[in-house]
Amino acid sequence: MSDQNSIAGRLVDGFWHHNPGLVQLLGLCPLLAVTSTFVNGLGLGLATLVVLTMSNVLVSATRRWIRSEIRIPMYVLIIASLVTCIELIFKAGFPALDRSLGIFIPLIVTNCAIVARAEVFASRNSVASSLLDGLAMGGGFALLLCALGFVRELVGHGSVFARLDLLIGGDVLNGLQLLDGGFLLALLPPGAFFALGLAVAGKNAIDQRRREAAGFRLSI
Amino acid sequence: MQSGLILATVAAICTTLVALTFNMTRDRIAANEQAFLEQSLARVLSGISFNNDLSASALVVRVPHGLPGRENAIVYRVLNDSAPVAALFVITATDGFTGPIKLLIGIDYDGAVTGVRALEHKETPGIGALIDENRSDWIYQFAGTSLNAPERSAWAIRRDGGEIDQLTGASVTSRAIVNAVNQTLLYFEANRDDIFTAREDSGNADE
Repeated sequence: MSDQNSIAGRLVDGFWHHNPGLVQLLGLCPLLAVTSTFVNGLGLGLATLVVLTMSNVLVSATRRWIRSEIRIPMYVLIIASLVTCIELIFKAGFPALDRSLGIFIPLIVTNCAIVARAEVFASRNSVASSLLDGLAMGGGFALLLCALGFVRELVGHGSVFARLDLLIGGDVLNGLQLLDGGFLLALLPPGAFFALGLAVAGKNAIDQRRREAAGFRLSI
Repeated sequence: MQSGLILATVAAICTTLVALTFNMTRDRIAANEQAFLEQSLARVLSGISFNNDLSASALVVRVPHGLPGRENAIVYRVLNDSAPVAALFVITATDGFTGPIKLLIGIDYDGAVTGVRALEHKETPGIGALIDENRSDWIYQFAGTSLNAPERSAWAIRRDGGEIDQLTGASVTSRAIVNAVNQTLLYFEANRDDIFTAREDSGNADE
């Protein structure tokens, strides 16, 4: 773990060293299922970021009253309410994106990355600290969703940033069509596993190279 | 005891929050759903002009009905100055490759298809999913077809000896849609007058 106390250190932690998707491998169900395009990944990533940050803040703010024997039902209540609100807001504000993400918005409730942060971090730290943790961890997760969506869309459809209008409104935006058609496997479920596996391997390779450059030896 | 009180308080607060959000978004959500429906409905009409309230014209056709699908079908009656000009069918083709395919089929008063759209389906991405209008033009080929064009005997995909193009690698999906459109055309031919004379309260649009 990098420097726990600096803001930058905490952000680096969430985005890289302890990225919920890339390192802790939490929340894989939505991560694998919706990342067939960039805009889907971005939409679900933002929704997860908001829920994670707000649940961290709420859990942290109420941590004095949360007794250990009722903490799980409390987390579930808080997270489920937040997700329901987010779902309603999505349906009202971004109906097309809501149709495209479908069941995965309500399923944010079951994203174990959120309960994990509530249990491990927010229930023991100050509100400000938990807010930062939510932003860092949620941001790391969202960034991974976007990256996987970007790669799978590029390889599978041959396009980049297609249908961003689902999120920002306005006319249909078809993005950049770089290739005609694409490699279908990338869009199918196995493509999600390949993409995630390559991302994890890439991250580990970069870490290892850095460690070697710094003169450390891997203990394992 | 105290734990129970805390839990109950938090539950009450959370429920209030959800209820408030629901109240704030309810109208927007209903309007969005209505807009989406009307947008899809008007798009399959290929520019036929009409001036009735489509959602109020819905007629539920209960099973068994002779239309594709094992669920109740919905028919929207399209009128222009009270004269029938077209009908829009929301039906389900049950024999898709990976589950049912919900289709919206527009048929004008003379029995020609004005357009077909896939509303919901789970077909294979990149193969059967090309039935989506924003993924390929395949679904547009139905506009202008009728029971006489192509000939009744040629109402099948080319692979089965018919005259309708199939999606490469997705014969099952293509066949399911061709059959569903054909069956809907036959139903319209046999029941056209009943559809337009049926009273609106004989159906229940809430279903």
